[in-house]
Amino acid sequence: MGIDTVLWSKLVTGMTLGFHAIFATLGVGIPLMISLAEFIGIRKKDLHYILMAKRWSRGFVISVAVGVVTGTAISLQLSLVWPNFMKLAGNVIALPLFMEVFAFFFEAIFLGIYLYTWERFKNPMMHWLLTIPVVVGAGMSAVFITTVNGFMNQPGGFTFEGGQFTAVDPVQAMLSTATFSKVFHVLSSAYLTGAALLAGVAAFAILRKGVSVYHKKALKLMMAVVLLFSLVNTLAGDVSAKFLAEHQPEKLAAAEWHFETESGADLIFLGWLNAEHEIIGALHLPKFLSFLAFGDFNAEVTGLNEFPIDEQPSLVVHYFFDLMATIGFLFLGISFLYFLFVFWKKRNELNKWILRMIALGAPLAFLGVELGWFYAELGRQPWIIRGYMRVEEAATTSPSVRILFFFFLLLYIVLGTVSVLVLRRMFYNNPAEVEMETWTQRASDKSTLKGEHT
Amino acid sequence: MMNYELIGISVLWLFLYGYIIIASIDFGAGFFAFYARLTKQDHVINKLISRYLSPVWEITNVFFVFFYIGIIGFFPETSYYYGSAMLVPGSLAVILLAIRGSFYAFENYGSKHNMVYLFLYGATGVLIPASLSVALTLSEGGFILKQGETASLDYWALLSSPLSWSIVGLAIVSVLFISAAFLAFYASRAEDHAALKLMRTYALFWSTPTIVIALTAFIFLGQHNERHFQNMMDLWWLLALSVAFFMIAMWLLYRGYRYGMAFICIMLQFFSAFFAYGIGQYPYILDPYITIQSSVTSSSMGFALVVAFIGGMCLLVPSLILVFRLFLFDADYVKGNK
Repeated sequence: MGIDTVLWSKLVTGMTLGFHAIFATLGVGIPLMISLAEFIGIRKKDLHYILMAKRWSRGFVISVAVGVVTGTAISLQLSLVWPNFMKLAGNVIALPLFMEVFAFFFEAIFLGIYLYTWERFKNPMMHWLLTIPVVVGAGMSAVFITTVNGFMNQPGGFTFEGGQFTAVDPVQAMLSTATFSKVFHVLSSAYLTGAALLAGVAAFAILRKGVSVYHKKALKLMMAVVLLFSLVNTLAGDVSAKFLAEHQPEKLAAAEWHFETESGADLIFLGWLNAEHEIIGALHLPKFLSFLAFGDFNAEVTGLNEFPIDEQPSLVVHYFFDLMATIGFLFLGISFLYFLFVFWKKRNELNKWILRMIALGAPLAFLGVELGWFYAELGRQPWIIRGYMRVEEAATTSPSVRILFFFFLLLYIVLGTVSVLVLRRMFYNNPAEVEMETWTQRASDKSTLKGEHT
Repeated sequence: MMNYELIGISVLWLFLYGYIIIASIDFGAGFFAFYARLTKQDHVINKLISRYLSPVWEITNVFFVFFYIGIIGFFPETSYYYGSAMLVPGSLAVILLAIRGSFYAFENYGSKHNMVYLFLYGATGVLIPASLSVALTLSEGGFILKQGETASLDYWALLSSPLSWSIVGLAIVSVLFISAAFLAFYASRAEDHAALKLMRTYALFWSTPTIVIALTAFIFLGQHNERHFQNMMDLWWLLALSVAFFMIAMWLLYRGYRYGMAFICIMLQFFSAFFAYGIGQYPYILDPYITIQSSVTSSSMGFALVVAFIGGMCLLVPSLILVFRLFLFDADYVKGNK
């Protein structure tokens, strides 16, 4: 019975986090895009960009709503489903959790103001200024919550005595060795995903209804952001791999099916394992793993066999890692190609195939985020606090957790479906071009009206 | 040497109080919107409700998370007992909050006139306070079964206890009372006379059950937890103050003027009762398992949390003032001209 509840506890949490990750990523990534569009719109006095900010923020509200409620769910589940974990770790991680709520509070306040004050300021820059606390709050809440995850991977900032954490230094616990690479990767991938989504939407609209000025501008702006952040994100991925090689070698070894410690280790792409753990049908990149891990083609990389069997993560993470990295490089490729075509006049950057790739990139970006998190979380099994507490010691023993899984599953299905329906209604029934037209119409009516009075 | 446990519990109690007030406005509004629809008066108050609540619903939610994260931060032990025991009612509350929160956003985009939506909005407004109030009942002790390392909720004891039902009842009627009084005040600011008339009637109607059930719950508390009851009796002056504020509020509502003052009196009424309740429970967080001294976090974490709290407040208080100025005290916005 005890084991059974552990499995269900994992499933409840995994499902909630998996669902939340989609909206949390949007929550961090999209505000920056809104802010950028509005800023450019005000500076260039170009209504297209203002409209972009308006439309994006309208859609953003939906994702924020679902993000808030799933975030509330996950924060409560920490105690409800993992009571022993919180009893032990609460002493150490309370500070970042507390600060995360503050950051989120800050964001929530200014987002509310931003959304309801479009017409209330004489100077449009005042309204734009409201995006800054939203972007900062969203980014900071990601930073703080990622430090909690960093702590669970690389616990530090305490002494362990009689099954308790004592002499706690909360700040040092937040700044564990895992924190920097994690925060860097989480932020860069969130901005990349936000831009990839909006670029994908623009590409999709052009494919369906032909080129329009609005979508062309949106696509170009977002592709520039994609290019920038896919570069940054590749760097962040590299930093993360180097961190793993040094501090969590079993996670990297599991991702690469690297069993024996050796120098000049190969990077293995895809393939499968037979019963004897031999790798079949994989693409071997000679010595690249050593390079990825230490920046040196002949460095020694620790193999998985160095770790006791019951402390080895699942080997399935290999596929998660490979697909995540592939998706990352794909974005680098597409955005590079797009701008090559923009500057090389003979080619059309609005080529059907490029647009299709960009449109496909939107779901792929989310897949990449999910795979990355699955890799990070499954890769540290069996630990919940690496080296200190195993997952099965932390879970609730209440059998009700199984039924709750289905309740939450139902909830997420409903929330997911309703958000898709609402977003469809919001954007399909009200295309950007039509909105632009009514908008300029109204603006010119107003000015002629004013003209008559003066 | 500072007492982090005292600072912690006072801050949290204050936040819980804040949550109760602003969440009540929100939850009650849901019920009234639904009820008004049933009685075909929805056109009178719907605009009023959405105008105030839309910009602030997210803030309401954060208040709740804030309290919850605060309590496990200052008192990590609580998460073990409450976490184990509240698995079902807590998850239920989360699901209801999720339905409510997300439909708030969806509502803006066309489902406003949907009966199913309005029903969910109204029903969650009553069910969420009911499920959350279980935590308050639990703290009185006697509802948790402990077998070896496993703590679980004794459902039979909970469901058969008059105390738990009276607390649920009190939670629901107070929500409706606070909400009606606030919306009456908001309507008076908006100079929306039809809405004001309706909300004033609701507020007057819900005042009687509020005070009756409060007294009932107090008597049942005496039967269930002698210690807590006696402690509250020692604070009789706070309870008397609470009743006095209630009388003033009723007088103002009945006479039909100075609705802002009436709402402030109601806030003070709940404030004094709520603090009498909290001080009376001292030093227990969960009778008899957790006292605030036994479960307090390490002093370095306590210090860090207090620093973070002060820093956070320096950001939040001005921002909240800005929100209130823009959406609550800006006469033009309230009247719907902006």
